Amino acid sequence: MTWDVERVRADFPILSREIRGHPLVYLDNAATAQKPAAVIAAIEHYYQTGNANVHRGVHALSQEATLEYERVRALAAKFLGAGSAANIVFTSGTTGALNLVAQSYGGSVLRPGDEILVTEMEHHSNLVPWQLIAERTGAVLKAIPVTESGGLDLGELERLLGPRTRIVAVTHASNVIGAINPINAIAAMAHEAGAVVVVDGAQSAPHLRVDLGAIDCDFFACSGHKLYGPTGIGLLYGKPELLEAMPPWQGGGGMIREVQIGRSTYAPPPERFEAGTPPIAEVVGLGAALDYVSRWDWEALVAYEQDIVAEAGRKLAGVPGLRILGEGADRVSVLSLVLDGIHPHDAGTVLDTLGIAVRAGHHCAQPLMRRFGVTATLRASFGAYNTHQEIDTLVEGLVRARKVLG
Amino acid sequence: MTSELDELYQSVILDHNRSPRNFHKLEDATAHAEGRNPLCGDLFDVWLKVADERIVDVAFLGQGCAISKASASMMTQAIKGKTVAEVRQLFDQFHQLVTAGSATSLPTKLEVFRGVRAFPIRVKCATLSWHAMKAALDSRPSHEES
Repeated sequence: MTWDVERVRADFPILSREIRGHPLVYLDNAATAQKPAAVIAAIEHYYQTGNANVHRGVHALSQEATLEYERVRALAAKFLGAGSAANIVFTSGTTGALNLVAQSYGGSVLRPGDEILVTEMEHHSNLVPWQLIAERTGAVLKAIPVTESGGLDLGELERLLGPRTRIVAVTHASNVIGAINPINAIAAMAHEAGAVVVVDGAQSAPHLRVDLGAIDCDFFACSGHKLYGPTGIGLLYGKPELLEAMPPWQGGGGMIREVQIGRSTYAPPPERFEAGTPPIAEVVGLGAALDYVSRWDWEALVAYEQDIVAEAGRKLAGVPGLRILGEGADRVSVLSLVLDGIHPHDAGTVLDTLGIAVRAGHHCAQPLMRRFGVTATLRASFGAYNTHQEIDTLVEGLVRARKVLG
Repeated sequence: MTSELDELYQSVILDHNRSPRNFHKLEDATAHAEGRNPLCGDLFDVWLKVADERIVDVAFLGQGCAISKASASMMTQAIKGKTVAEVRQLFDQFHQLVTAGSATSLPTKLEVFRGVRAFPIRVKCATLSWHAMKAALDSRPSHEES
């Protein structure tokens, strides 16, 4: 099967936009993906015809909204291979999911001197929540180093794991250099040491066919908006026995069993972790996105994106003074570029004038920037609708940046 | 488009980016502040030597994009020798230039930053060192708001 990119492009209205007189070349998919018409229509349809709060409503609209809300939960469980829908908690995003795990799971198991292992390539959202809970509990953070070629130093992981290691928090795929981490190998070592494994799947879920049935992690977090769905909605998978034992994170409506003035008892997971009115329209939009991407031939998509990122790597290597960070890594379609003597923001502005959307900065991964001795990079990240032609446009844009900023 | 780009990256800006002026630490500074843009990690140190409410000397160090570095470099040239009151006025004028595209009384040299207006996200780059300079002025112990 081949990937019919033109057919996919036709599903995304925004791709027909012009930016500063040029056709949009959207290469900022690692930040957020564009939305297909089906997602946009589903959200509008919900507000036009179905808006109501979920759960406990006796009226038809509330029952419809509740059915759809729970249908999407089941759909998400199926999409991720997560088993029961009860293993899926709706969150505000990957960040919300990771904070939930840190505060609820971390907050209840961590004792002074316990250790949390993170990696040098974590997004701040899989680092700062652990710092916050470490500070509160007296736990200690340690980081698995990143090698020059962009991989994790598993020998060092072996050395860092010890009797006090409680949690290993690792990204499935780097949002900066795209490197895919060997979660099963890491999990085997972590579990051997008695630690649970928390996986940030924000960048893997859109690019790999994630199957939690085949990934031995304890928690997995991802975002709807990078999966061609709306912002404001994310997913947390947790092993049922862990979720069951975890205390609530936030209190409010929807997460209780019974409330008295002095104390309350709590609903079972996943409701226990969904206090307050959830982002219902966003869940509806996520459902449309999951329906949409579930129709894709993912084997063809993964092969296509791998082809795109490999070709981009080859062609970009021809730009004078350009270096790709973590060049040796197996990666999702995310590339971080450094141009000799040119600041990424300046290059990004030149590309912007040509309609090319890339990201310039530290990508919320300052420790990784430090690891590679840079303050910022230019990041090009490709999605299901990017074309081979767009690689050439990017290369031409960078050559132009070199000329303008020379 | 291309004209916007040419207006943003004028040769004088590229020259100051390549060879920033007053690019060193000021050992006998009387005021110092750091300018940091958390969005991009850009970081500049600005040192001032102020005597009798006049900028006797000024220098900076750090790293950032062409716009932020050139802006810092040209700022040091523009404020050296000026009174604190004049420098505060210059700050307001420069801010107006890069956000509104015009300023009533600004040294002609600084007008090269007019092109920043077409790229709102870059306003922070152009004003990073100016804010640091202002923070340095405000940090002086004897300082009284003018």
